[in-house]
Order: sequence, then structure tokens, then C-alpha cells
Amino acid sequence: MSGLSRSDVEHVAHLARLGLTDDELTLLQGQLNHILEQYAKLAEIPTDDIPPTAQTIELENILREDVVTPSLPVDEVLQNAPHAAGGYIVVPAILGGGDE
Amino acid sequence: MTADLTRLKAHEMADRLRAGEVTSRELTEAHLDAAKAGNHALNAWLTVDRDEALREADAADARLRAGEPAAHPLLGIPVALKDLISVRGGQCTAGSRILEGYISPFDAHITERLRDAGAVILGKTNMDEFAMGSSNEHSAYGPVANPWDLETVPGGSSGGSAVAVAAFHAPLSIGTDTGGSIRQPAALTGIVGMKPTYGRVSRYGIVAFASSLDQIGPFARDVRDAAALLHAIAGRDERDSTSAPVPVPDELLRLPSGIDEAAVGLRGKRLGLPKEYFVAGMEPDARRRIEEAVAALEGAGATVEEVSLPHTDYGLATYYIVAPAEASANLARYDGIRFGPRLGDGDVMGNYLATRGRGFGPEVKRRIMLGTYALSAGYYDAFYVKAQKVRTLIKRDFDTLFEQGFDALVAPTSPSVAFRFGAKMADPVAMYLSDACTLPVNMAGLPGISIPCGLSEGMPVGLQLIGPAWSEPRLFQLARAYEALTADAPWRDQEPAQLALTADPGQPTPAERASALARA
Repeated sequence: MSGLSRSDVEHVAHLARLGLTDDELTLLQGQLNHILEQYAKLAEIPTDDIPPTAQTIELENILREDVVTPSLPVDEVLQNAPHAAGGYIVVPAILGGGDE
Repeated sequence: MTADLTRLKAHEMADRLRAGEVTSRELTEAHLDAAKAGNHALNAWLTVDRDEALREADAADARLRAGEPAAHPLLGIPVALKDLISVRGGQCTAGSRILEGYISPFDAHITERLRDAGAVILGKTNMDEFAMGSSNEHSAYGPVANPWDLETVPGGSSGGSAVAVAAFHAPLSIGTDTGGSIRQPAALTGIVGMKPTYGRVSRYGIVAFASSLDQIGPFARDVRDAAALLHAIAGRDERDSTSAPVPVPDELLRLPSGIDEAAVGLRGKRLGLPKEYFVAGMEPDARRRIEEAVAALEGAGATVEEVSLPHTDYGLATYYIVAPAEASANLARYDGIRFGPRLGDGDVMGNYLATRGRGFGPEVKRRIMLGTYALSAGYYDAFYVKAQKVRTLIKRDFDTLFEQGFDALVAPTSPSVAFRFGAKMADPVAMYLSDACTLPVNMAGLPGISIPCGLSEGMPVGLQLIGPAWSEPRLFQLARAYEALTADAPWRDQEPAQLALTADPGQPTPAERASALARA
């Protein structure tokens, strides 16, 4: 398993939507590679016939009655939004607009 | 008088409340005063809501006066909550800047359950950011000091909840445990802490870290108190689809009070001692405390056999793929759109990068990076699927032993006692090893409890008991038996060695101590 290059670290940071400084990228490159070395140990174990575990307690689907229950009050929820107006959360435009 | 009230166990408080010898308001005031006086030197609390706590105490006193026949033992008892549990109208930072200013518009399931029981919520406790850490040094709101030695950490991530109980600011508190975050700080601060079976307690209304591993559980200074707190918060809640429809046993409220009666609980029990949990690098004196505890268990009629959990050594690597992968997905919601500060002044992408880049601390970023990488195209099978398969093997190790008839496993909770501020901050892998004895239990979804078993060079050592799924009553009975056996041990009544110092407002804060140590 080859290590993470600087550009790999930058790529992963972009996937994760983390804006990192040059110093952070440098530090993380070293630390992540050190942690990835610990992962290499897992290659020792043959697991071809082993099913993966995502859930430890054996629960089958549990269904509930399809009834309407109250939701959180909109005004209380919007109080946490950094920018809200008219009962909506305001976000920057994500589509190219008419003013370009 | 005030100081005396904080020294009582929760069940002793409950007896006095029912006898009319004390009111919930008096108990609450005593603990609020202790928290206020001690927080400068400990930093265990992020918020204390005195007015609201006193309102809840008065309501509890009214219920006590009315004499509700089916009242829960927690009626009128103060409790502290880790600051990732939603309490309507209050902050819920999860120890992060990215949730600064967030006000929860609803109560978590366990908050509702505590209100139903009549417990008094004193406030919210400090924690490692998003519960990621083993020392509480990764809180955006500063480190927490351990009252046994103010230059050492209390463990983490539920460090504030552990210290609130160890320092007599509250008789009970709530933590969460994803890889050891209840049991390890309980061990390092000399108290009782339990991680219940996955699915025992609803996670509705707690800030998610790793959803297949997270469980909520109790801290207390006494086994019976911890069991009563679990009883109050456990049970099916349809808002958490992983909360199991398994009845909550009332045995949790009926653990034996008498010493002899309790110690009988060990007679004929078959316990396994997993040799892999005595990891290389374990402190020899801490190891001796565990060996002494094992001898005491045998002396009371249990048989203890050395056993093997052969995949233990792969636990760390497995956990540090599964947990960061789940975290990287869970923490995608912190994007500055719906809650928390929104940073950046550019386009949507620029805002995301700035909000998340500046809002998360170093450990959280490290884990998001690890998880994103492990889930990314081309690596998903090699890392994430591989880890889930090894997780199956780790779980089978435990299943095999319990199928052979072992009642429980006995192990150290932590390879070391509390360490100094800064000791493991430069090396993430060294920090991760703090949870080597606890995280396999989360991987397998099992219940585990840490109970104090003595001191090593003046610092607390924790004994861990691990049982099969849904065996919490048995684990509490075994823990109560050990507690009874050691009731007269000299370390039992010893208060944290530097607790008295925390009343002095001239003492440095934990952050000041940590930076002084970093300079030294």
C-alpha cells in the first residue's frame, strides 16, 4: 500500500469540503500516512468468506403506523439558520444567474 | 451541611428525599454551588442553568410531597448531561465551534425520560469535540482537569461528565461511548461508568459520531446509582430505528444493598480473563491492581479462566476505519446552511470550505479525512469493507466465549492511569491506543462496565466487566458484588487527592496548566 501524496491529501480534503491551510495539509499528510500504516495489519487476515458486519444486534425491519405527527415549529428551527427570510433558509445562488 | 449533601450517593439522596429530611431544592443548590466553585480549576461544565435547575427541583419537591407511589428513584436527584444531548432551549455544542450559538429546538429521548423520572438537569458538560478523543484535550472549549492530579487528563471523550461526578458536582451524569468514551474516563477518575448494549438506549436527540457504535450510558460513584440511571433512560423509542424492543429489567433497581447479600452474586460465576487485554506497554502497577481484583473475585467464589479473543490486536485498525467513515458521513451536515456559523463570503463551495475548515478542530478534521479516504472510490473495498469483515471476526471472538458459558469477561479498562496534559497530543496513534481495551466491545455491540479497583501511585485504576448482549443486570450484579467485597478497602473512601485545591479561585485553569506543561 503506497502512502498518500500531497495531492492525494488535497483531493480528500476537497471531497470532505474542508478548507485546510498549507501547514494543516503538511501535518495531515504525515499523520494520515502513519495511521494508514496501522491499517496494513488487516491485510494479514483472510476474509474472503467472512460476511461484513454493519449492525451488531439482530433486528428485523420494525415498521410503525403511518400516521401524521407534529414536526418542529418552523420559526424555532429557523432561529438556528445563519441566514433566514420569509420562512426559508437563504443560501448563496448555486446556478449561474442572469447578472453574468 | 452543603458539602455533606454532595457526598451522598444518589440512592442515599433518594432515601432522604422520601423521608422528608432534605428537599430536591437543597440538594440542587448544594450541587450548583459545588459546580460553580470548582469549575474554574476543572472546566468540567460548559453551561450550568441555575434558574431552570431550581425550577425542576421545585417541581420534583411538589411531586415528592404529593407522594407518587410509582415515583422513579431518580425523582429530585441532580444529573449532568454531556453537551451533545439535546435539551430544548439550551445550547448543544458537542464541544465544537461549529455548533456555537446553536439552540436545540427539542429534547433528546433520554432528556424526556429524565424529565419523566423527575431528575433535575444541572447543566451540560465539557467533552472532546464530537466525542472524538480519549483525553478531553480536543474540546474547542478547553481541556478538563482530573481532580486526582490537576496536571493530568480525566480521559475522554466524556471527560466533563466523569469529572462532574468524581468531583461531587453531581451524583450522576450521562456520557456517550463510541470506543470507550464512558468507561475510560470512569476508570481514570475513579468512578463507575457503563456502556450499555447497542440499541439499549435511544440515540434520538444526541449528536451522532459513529452511528453503528454510539451508545449513551451512565456515570455514578456507586454501582446501584449507575444501574438506576440506566433504568431511567433505557428502552424502545420509535424515533431511533436501532433502539431495540427489549424490555428494561426492573432488576436494575433491585441490586442488593447488603454487603454479604451482594457478594453472594459471585459464587459459582464463570469469568474469562482475555489475555490480549494485558497489552504490551500496560503499566505494571495498574496491571497488579487488576490481578488483585481477579484474586478477590476468585476469593468470593467465582472461577476465573484465562481466555483468548484472538482478533483483539486488529481492533484498533478496524475501529479507526469504521468510526471515521461513519463520522465523515454524519458530520457532512455541518455545512453552515441550516445551523451554526456560516463563514466565507464567496460561492457555496467557498462557504463550505471556510465553515468546515475553520469550524472543526484538528482531531475532527483528521477523522473526517480518514473516513472520507476510506470511503472514496477505489479504496472502499480495501478499507471499509475489509474493516467490516474483520469486525465480524471480532464479534465472533466474543460470541464464542459466551456460547461456552462464560458469564462475563474481566479486563483492564485502560492500559494506563491518567496521563499528563499534552503527553499524547503529538501522536494520534498513541492517543488511539488508550482505547485498545474498550473499543472491541463497541465493535461487537456488547455492554461493558468500568468500576474502580484501587489506585496506582495515587491514581485510579478501572476494572472492566464485559457481558453478552442485554446482560446489563448481570454485569451490575457482578460489579455490585465486587464493590461490596472491597467496601472496606482503604482506597474506597479516598476522595480525589487534589479536589480541595479546586475550591481555590487562584488556581490555574486546566488550559493554563496544559500550556505551562507544554512550555516546560
